Amino acid sequence: MRSAAASLLIVIIANFLLPAASATVPLTNTLSASASASASASASASAPVASRAQSGYHFQSSDTQSLQDDDFKNPGMLWVDTGRQYFNDATGSKNKACASCHKKLASSVATTFPKMNQHLGAVVNLTTQIQHCRSQHQQAEPIDYESETALALTAYLANHARGQRADHHVLAPPATLKQSVEDGGRYFNQRRGQLNLSCHNCHQDSVGKMLRGDLISQGQSNGYPIYRLEWQSLGSLHRRFRACDIGVRAQPQALGSDTYINLEAYLKQRGAGLLIETPAVRR
Amino acid sequence: MKTRISIPATAKKGDILNIKTLASHPMHSGFRRDAIGALVPRDIINRFRCEYQGQLVFEAKFGPGTAANPFLSFHLRADERGNVVFIWIDQQGERTEELRFLDIVDDEY
Repeated sequence: MRSAAASLLIVIIANFLLPAASATVPLTNTLSASASASASASASASAPVASRAQSGYHFQSSDTQSLQDDDFKNPGMLWVDTGRQYFNDATGSKNKACASCHKKLASSVATTFPKMNQHLGAVVNLTTQIQHCRSQHQQAEPIDYESETALALTAYLANHARGQRADHHVLAPPATLKQSVEDGGRYFNQRRGQLNLSCHNCHQDSVGKMLRGDLISQGQSNGYPIYRLEWQSLGSLHRRFRACDIGVRAQPQALGSDTYINLEAYLKQRGAGLLIETPAVRR
Repeated sequence: MKTRISIPATAKKGDILNIKTLASHPMHSGFRRDAIGALVPRDIINRFRCEYQGQLVFEAKFGPGTAANPFLSFHLRADERGNVVFIWIDQQGERTEELRFLDIVDDEY
């Protein structure tokens, strides 16, 4: 009797799981027109980890996608606008704007991070570099990693590189970045937390499956900073890392910490071929 | 408060224009809690008004259930050249005003 009940329960569970399985998105999904250029580009460059990188865009509903596609509707553009202002406004005791030094702003500047900052002797990402510039070169009040100012400047610069490949310098990382990419890869594959899950378990092994109401994406980083509907605000990649770490009940790392910068470097390499979408909209 | 407005600078007389506005505002519902569990007090935009040539042409009322950074899209018929004024009023009665000049061009062009 007992075993019959148990098997009935299994049947019920199986039925419960089935609709979820049928709702998975086929991984052979073709990239949209905007990203198809990247697909052909990535075919020539050998992507080291992900066999076929797909932006998180393809895991969103059409409503969310249309929010990202329309530059006016996209709420992330509010931060891009403010970022442009911050970039050109003089501040700090030296009364210098970002634009005072960076007179000719290369559109690709955001694609070069994370990188080794020889002066600091550490690998920095775009935001920690901005923080450094702010306090050292402009002699202004230090800004928090997740502050409106840091988010706006990061979003502005990353938006400047929209449509460009995010990865050109990490495909064959220079010696100074190699260690960082390796360490990041280790963090990606390391199981952690009470749920004992690695990034890899969800974002590589379970891509396209349902996690409750959510479709699991590849965990690509090409759209950051993103406007996340759940946050009702723009947020950084490191904030997303923390959310995942907390989700598996692991100890989250600090925003801008070496661990997360290394993971960021690894993700860039893993997402080879993807184009920058900042500011992306995610659910 | 930062705003974005999409309205053409010129139109033909009688044209129906699609106007879009976006305002940066957290729209705290008064029910959410912060990281340490304290209630975040309600903080919302209550009203939006659009005036064309001094006349009210569109009005919206927001409640606490409206998402952050409210986006609006509405239509306006271009009659005469004149100012289009966009007004957001928050619960404290603070007004944010933006003005756009709409020019009417002849059919010939």
